[in-house]
Amino acid sequence: MQLNITEQGEIVKIEVQEERMDAHNSGDLKEQMLQLFDDGKCNLIIDLSEVRFVDSSGLGALVSGFKNASARKGSLKLCCLQPQVRSMFELTRLHRVFEIFASIEEALESY
Amino acid sequence: MSQQVDIDIRVPNQTKYLGMIGKIGESLAHTLANYEGDREELAYHLNLVLTEALANAICHANACDPCKEVKVSISASNKELTIRVFDHGQGFDIQKLAQAKVRATDEGGRGVQIIFKLMDQVKYLKSGAGHVLEMTKHLH
Repeated sequence: MQLNITEQGEIVKIEVQEERMDAHNSGDLKEQMLQLFDDGKCNLIIDLSEVRFVDSSGLGALVSGFKNASARKGSLKLCCLQPQVRSMFELTRLHRVFEIFASIEEALESY
Repeated sequence: MSQQVDIDIRVPNQTKYLGMIGKIGESLAHTLANYEGDREELAYHLNLVLTEALANAICHANACDPCKEVKVSISASNKELTIRVFDHGQGFDIQKLAQAKVRATDEGGRGVQIIFKLMDQVKYLKSGAGHVLEMTKHLH
């Protein structure tokens, strides 16, 4: 999975540069986030602007990151969801779990 | 005008084929004759249920064995569309999975429930030495 990772102070931005997040590649995101948590970085923003499709495995990877960030007193926030990706969060009611922002700027300002 | 479309696909038991099969579902949604619903939504839903069913067959039923293969068949008429995904596994209680409570913080367990939400009829039946997940959606 292609990920562009940048840091801004204590916040790590992860831009998912893939059209799909599914059972084939979402394990990569999960592992990358676990590495960041091991490095003591636990405030993450996941930018999904390029993601057009997400399945239950992709959602599971994000839930994993959310749980691990919360357990370390940090947070995982999402931004820039395409409408069909947003619909997946609503279908599974995960939109009630994640903080979801329209833009990366709004997500950054929320910290 | 009646239109029957039948597609049979065999792919190696590897998740790298999920995107390809999903796109076939999307393309089918855009070419179905006489469908009056939201084609973009149908395309996404077919991509999704194919991805979920195939991932389940590859990763669980077939235990990620790259030497095995997965067979998918799609049949569409004016009235309904049926997807069948064949695996080599020992089977599982699909109703139990469909009704299981998935907590917000659970990482897994949503795939089968998504299939049940998006399709009108779902069956998991014995087929030869394995099983077949049969999912039907009414188009009118």
